[in-house]
Amino acid sequence: MENLGALALLLAFCICLYAIVASVVGRVRHKPFLALSGERAVLAVWFLITSAAGILIYSLMTGDMRMAYVASHTNRAMPLFYKFSAWWGGQEGSLLFWSWILSTYGAVVVITGRGKHRVLMPWVVSILSTVQLFFLILNAFVVSPFQVLALDKVVTSVPDGMGLNPLLQYWAMVIHPPMLYLGYVGFAVPFAFAMASLISKAPGDSWIHTTRRWTIVTWLFQGTGIMLGSAWAYHVLGWGGYWMWDPVENASLLPWLAATAFLHSVMMQEKKGMMKVWNMVLIGATFFLCIYGTFLTRSGIISSVHAFAESPIGKYFVGFLALGIAATLWLILDRLDYLKSEAELESVVSRESSFLFNNLILLASCFAVLWGTMFPVLSEKFSTEKISLDAIWFNRLMVPIGLFLLFLTGVGPLFAWRRTSMESLRKNFQWPGVGMLVVVAALYAGGMRYPYSIISLGLCFFVTATIVMEFFRGSKAINEKTKVGVIPAMIELTHRNTRRYGGYLVHMGIVLMFIGWSGHPFNQTAVGEVNRGDSMKVGAYTLKVVDLTQGETADYQWDTAILDVSKNGKPLGTLEPTRRFYKIAQQGTAEVALRTRLNEDLYINFAARNGDKATLQAYVFPLVTWIWVGVVVLIFGTFVCLVPSKVARSYPRTEVVGIAKTNVPVKV
Amino acid sequence: MNKYGKFAILMAIIVGSLGFLAYSGIQGSTTYYKTITELHQMGNAAQIRHVRVGGDVQSNSIVHNAGVVTFNLTQVNPDGAKQILRVAYEGRDPLPDTFRDGAQALADGHLGTDGVFHASEIQAKCASKYAPKPGMAPDQLQPGAKPAQTNSMRSSL
Repeated sequence: MENLGALALLLAFCICLYAIVASVVGRVRHKPFLALSGERAVLAVWFLITSAAGILIYSLMTGDMRMAYVASHTNRAMPLFYKFSAWWGGQEGSLLFWSWILSTYGAVVVITGRGKHRVLMPWVVSILSTVQLFFLILNAFVVSPFQVLALDKVVTSVPDGMGLNPLLQYWAMVIHPPMLYLGYVGFAVPFAFAMASLISKAPGDSWIHTTRRWTIVTWLFQGTGIMLGSAWAYHVLGWGGYWMWDPVENASLLPWLAATAFLHSVMMQEKKGMMKVWNMVLIGATFFLCIYGTFLTRSGIISSVHAFAESPIGKYFVGFLALGIAATLWLILDRLDYLKSEAELESVVSRESSFLFNNLILLASCFAVLWGTMFPVLSEKFSTEKISLDAIWFNRLMVPIGLFLLFLTGVGPLFAWRRTSMESLRKNFQWPGVGMLVVVAALYAGGMRYPYSIISLGLCFFVTATIVMEFFRGSKAINEKTKVGVIPAMIELTHRNTRRYGGYLVHMGIVLMFIGWSGHPFNQTAVGEVNRGDSMKVGAYTLKVVDLTQGETADYQWDTAILDVSKNGKPLGTLEPTRRFYKIAQQGTAEVALRTRLNEDLYINFAARNGDKATLQAYVFPLVTWIWVGVVVLIFGTFVCLVPSKVARSYPRTEVVGIAKTNVPVKV
Repeated sequence: MNKYGKFAILMAIIVGSLGFLAYSGIQGSTTYYKTITELHQMGNAAQIRHVRVGGDVQSNSIVHNAGVVTFNLTQVNPDGAKQILRVAYEGRDPLPDTFRDGAQALADGHLGTDGVFHASEIQAKCASKYAPKPGMAPDQLQPGAKPAQTNSMRSSL
């Protein structure tokens, strides 16, 4: 079995090489059949990698303990579900998973795109295959998942495997890596199309139209993956944190930030033909940040709590990154003529300029996170001392950046293209602005003294008001004409221009997340060693330990504290935080008890038990639920963006008419 | 003033203030990575600086006592000499679930005048479980024989 798997990977490597050569030669020498065979080769590669993955999954599911990968990532008692997820639970398997997703994307691109892009396709195939080839080299020659255990060169097996870390046996943790990988890998496709259009000097922005939806889906996967990881940390790790600026978290955030910048600035190219070079740079940056993130997670160059084992694959990634970035830069510099801008900036107070500042800020934040993450490596190179920057530094920088972005979220979409008149500014921002000041004053009068929280909540109100006004104004016109009622009119409005109104919903999701983050300074903590029958306090809550129970299952032993919870004397029922101790892994995990409300979460971790004494960590996290609500709204908004608009839109470049078509209230 | 001048000034203000925040923030949020050997060689400086030191948790060295957890971190130098650092964890948060005998741990804190490292934060990962070092594979098994197609060496299981 394992020989078949390894053989499949080796064959995939050969055919992938063929796909590159055939596509390039077929395109350059104008031999369409050769180019076509390159496309077919992509499908063959998908088939082979799928077979290899199938064999690995089969071995995992059946518990073939001769195989090193199976023995080190599963054990016999594990539920089948987790056995399957062990596919991406370790270094070798997850790299195969990476390869498999890429080959699947490649196959989808070939099948859906071959009719439309005869000119671009061979280049797209060759670029995707080059990336694929790199990962196949790793799969087949460097970190093969199909190695067997042996003692003195005799193949042998172990009685049982080592299992999956119990901390990872949680639903969010099972879908978090696939989501992130779908995101990481997916950015290869827009990148391939962008480079293909550069290489072939294809006229127009066809690559953008082709890959826009693709980019949004990938962006959504990446964002969802990040937030699932965050939710997992909050619910499982027992300290209530959801983000700690760990290098691996940062690595996943970097391409997401770059892609967010790209999704905004690409509108400038679509509608005004501006920022073409910049977009090429951004899509390149996004893709290479994805590769960089994969590298950071696996090479062990920076110590992180997540990290896979240190491994020899780091140098392969460095080589691939260096070559890839050099080639991309050369290509962009060589084709600068082709990327000439079709319009100029006209005013500081315009939609164009708000996009520009949005990009500047997103890129600055990207650079700041990258700098902070790499600081240990850089400082070691340049000062011989290895210095790391902790969360305080990141927050100090990223909180103001985030607030400025939030501000732009409010004003940007309401600026008119080209320039915005004073009158339109007043019309759009008078009431949200006044409302914001009222909110800020009220919060201050109410005794709130954290400037960032006050500003953040004020801005949240401001942005919400602008978004709601947009929906109302647009739907009013429809309602007056058709008399269908406010809500159907809003749905109709959204359906007519899904990109615009879906985008507003995404912005709304971000606003809700900011509301959640604003609660952070008001967190309350208490840690106590409590006897059975005694109680402790956290914030307005009183926790009385009614009983301590324990028991055992095949997998783990557990201790549960049964707590009577009351707030200001009013009983709220019982909570049962549990502590588990997994026998095979010899590791404890917390099953946190949560009382989730929209205003605050009560979060209790049963940290340790000592006879009749329970060590409890209790937290009150105000507003934190809004983060997760925001994520849901963001996902919903992104789906709305993906629905085709009812009214087909084109953006004539040279005419100002194009502006009016986007429903912006214009006063030129 | 022309519009490009305005853009330049706005951008300079933004980038400048971020640069200032980044630069000034470096004071007070830095942690120095040190090995146990380096820590012993640092002398008094080790008592002022915020240091992160890593090593393996020595088996049977973890002692819980009145809210303080003490344990030994060990590190084997390339020349085979074993370095030991006594660590006292006085932080408020309970230790992470992954912290146990033999785990790889990172301790944040500073070296006390008593020669004990006073940690305010501990991170741990049971690296031995996920990636045994060569020779530490389960039941003394070593990945050796491989399918004919692969002839690379693995440095970790």
